[in-house]
Amino acid sequence: MTQGTAAGPPWDGEDRVRHHILSVLVENKAGVLARIAGLFSRRGFNIYSLAVAPTDEGERLSRITIVVDVEPASLEQVVRQLDKLVNVVAISHLSPSEAVERELLLATVAATMTERSQVIELVDVFGGEVVNVGGDQLTVMLAGPPDTLDDFEALLASFRVAGLQRTGRVALPKLGRRAARARPIPGRAG
Amino acid sequence: MQVTGAQALIKSLEMEGVEVMFGLPGGAILPVYDPILDSPIRHVLVRHEQGAGHMAEGYAMVTGRPGVAMVTSGPGATNIVTPLSNAYMDSTPLVVISGQVATASIGTDAFQECDITGVTMGITKHNWLVKDPADIPRVVAAAFHVATTGRPGPVLVDVPKDVSNATLEWYWPASEEDLDLPGYHPCRSGDPELVRRAAELLMAAERPVIYAGGGILKARAVEGLRELAERTGIPVVTTLMARGAFSDSHPLCLGMPGMHGNYTAVTAMQRADLLVALGARFDDRVTGKVDAFAPGARVVHVDVDPAELGKVRKPDVGIAGDCRLVVDELLEALDSLGLGHDPSAAGGTTGARARPGTRAASRPDLSGWWAQLHRWQQDFPLHYDRSAEGPLKPQLVVETLRDLCPEDTIVVAGVGQHQMWASQWWRFDHPYTWVNSGGAGTMGFAVPAAVGAKVGRPDRTVWAIDGDGCFQMTAQELVTASAERIPVKVAILNNAYLGMVRQWQEMFYEERYSEVYLSPDLPDYVKWAEAMGCVGIRAEAPEEVVPAIEEANAVDDRPVVVDFRTDAFEKVFPMVPAGTSNDAIQVHPDQQEALEKSRRGMA
Repeated sequence: MTQGTAAGPPWDGEDRVRHHILSVLVENKAGVLARIAGLFSRRGFNIYSLAVAPTDEGERLSRITIVVDVEPASLEQVVRQLDKLVNVVAISHLSPSEAVERELLLATVAATMTERSQVIELVDVFGGEVVNVGGDQLTVMLAGPPDTLDDFEALLASFRVAGLQRTGRVALPKLGRRAARARPIPGRAG
Repeated sequence: MQVTGAQALIKSLEMEGVEVMFGLPGGAILPVYDPILDSPIRHVLVRHEQGAGHMAEGYAMVTGRPGVAMVTSGPGATNIVTPLSNAYMDSTPLVVISGQVATASIGTDAFQECDITGVTMGITKHNWLVKDPADIPRVVAAAFHVATTGRPGPVLVDVPKDVSNATLEWYWPASEEDLDLPGYHPCRSGDPELVRRAAELLMAAERPVIYAGGGILKARAVEGLRELAERTGIPVVTTLMARGAFSDSHPLCLGMPGMHGNYTAVTAMQRADLLVALGARFDDRVTGKVDAFAPGARVVHVDVDPAELGKVRKPDVGIAGDCRLVVDELLEALDSLGLGHDPSAAGGTTGARARPGTRAASRPDLSGWWAQLHRWQQDFPLHYDRSAEGPLKPQLVVETLRDLCPEDTIVVAGVGQHQMWASQWWRFDHPYTWVNSGGAGTMGFAVPAAVGAKVGRPDRTVWAIDGDGCFQMTAQELVTASAERIPVKVAILNNAYLGMVRQWQEMFYEERYSEVYLSPDLPDYVKWAEAMGCVGIRAEAPEEVVPAIEEANAVDDRPVVVDFRTDAFEKVFPMVPAGTSNDAIQVHPDQQEALEKSRRGMA
């Protein structure tokens, strides 16, 4: 992968050790996100990105994918503190090598007639889509692995980007020949 | 049966076996106060909601049952935030019911509206905002379940006024499954393999110390702890939260460790090759500088909260489990390693004996370790100047109280010098006789907590040992105590200062005393006590101490306040200055020379 941009994630480049993904199944109740966000700030842990949506279980549960930026020792502490939240049902820790990660990026780019084809070409190379066309702007979309999005974002910067939004990554365990490797957290009964 | 939300709430409390609650009504909680008139639950009307919270804590700490407090919305709820925080730090089971503005008004900045579930999210084990009246019985049952199981702690149930007024069909959750807590699974017994490894470390240790924390009391593991200590001959230190969990009179007891712990307890941990931490959390007031804490010790850490394992100190064996169950498992594991129970080993200090007929346990002899511990105890006991001259020493007051009161007296302290002197100089021979604010360090805790303790244990003598600074924060709850005929006793160690802060300014800020002077006689504590319906007594000279205490002990129909005018310049020793290694412990100036001599000898 390429070197991360200034805004890139802290594990880009040489050291990827601090990159951890927590896939957290929570009760879909009012205030759950505040409880999790509050826990992170209260205990001094950093969230790099966070994505949340209801799962398919009748909207009773939601899955939150949190990318955290911590040492492995603190990660254990993060997980154990999270696990104490009554609304947290299950936590899986995915290391990047064991996870399929995807993220989505939307960007609105200034594109005059001369630039327009270059932007479209770039989007095509990455397998993205043009999702909206204005007089002198394009809104483009790319879904893919986060580091592909990093590359795309870096190249897009040579155009005038009027707005850019990434979703933060979602992840599930890779399906291997062996059993899925989402590691349940020890010390739990259920 | 159709009931109102308010009726369902009170009925739910009755179903949970609540016998008393502490509270103060107001607009949003008004509907809930009506059915209280028809309920057998006793309600103690406090003068400030903070008092209700601390009373519920004091009640919980001496009875082991959850304390219950009820307040209204807005300021009523925010006034109980400090007790919630205090209970969270000290793992005290507390159920707080707060009123809330009607659901339609939530978010509009309505009169006395406050987002109390948001405010208390970080200082409760869990909280609930009840929006559907049909949820009330289930949520109350869940609240008690969460507060009392696993690592105990405070919970809050916020009930909007329209929810209290609405009706529901009464029901009561039949089982734990009905509580709808899919993410709540408190630990119970420990992993047998880890327990076996812990037992092996115990058997191999040459300088072991059992580091007993408040979890022993919460888990009701006092008997197991005593058997573990007696069977292994391992010395026990009892943290500030564990005073009474292991009798101070027991020959294996080394007393309190930490910033103001005694020299032997502090130094034993520093020199130990094994710490067996049971329901303790390596608080900074115990460890001093963490990197320099017990540098040669391996650590067995048992805690019901898995997040405590490795939070501060990485354990060699970390066992998530209830202390009572894990200690019992540990005893069985020791059995199988050949260290059975031998009554003759009780109180023995020369290491363990193998049970006759079993494989002789090969264990290092602890007699050398005990000889060292006994030398420290002999050379550096707790100390103060007992000469008759000069002003009254606060330690003398505590010692005299101790000697003139029943040994199962419940002692309650606030936070500061008086708290440390009470913990140091009282002799705690019974569990659940010491109530204080440990983790949060809440000044003003003692008076209301003592009231709650006396409500929970009316058969016991309850003495609050308080400071003059603390007393002024919550003294109005003595009005509650007088009105409700709750005869607590309060000893104010009145040194006219915020004493602990004064001590730090003397020792670490070149005697630049900034905003710590209070005055010995403003307020006049005797008149104030009398105005609150209490007996007020003053003792200024050492010879007045015994008569004052005897007079106070003779009163049992109303609260008593004794204003002990103590030496303003007395300091708490030993002391480990904040942020330094426990090896830098400072003893009383009278002992400092001997300590330096012994340090030179060791070096």
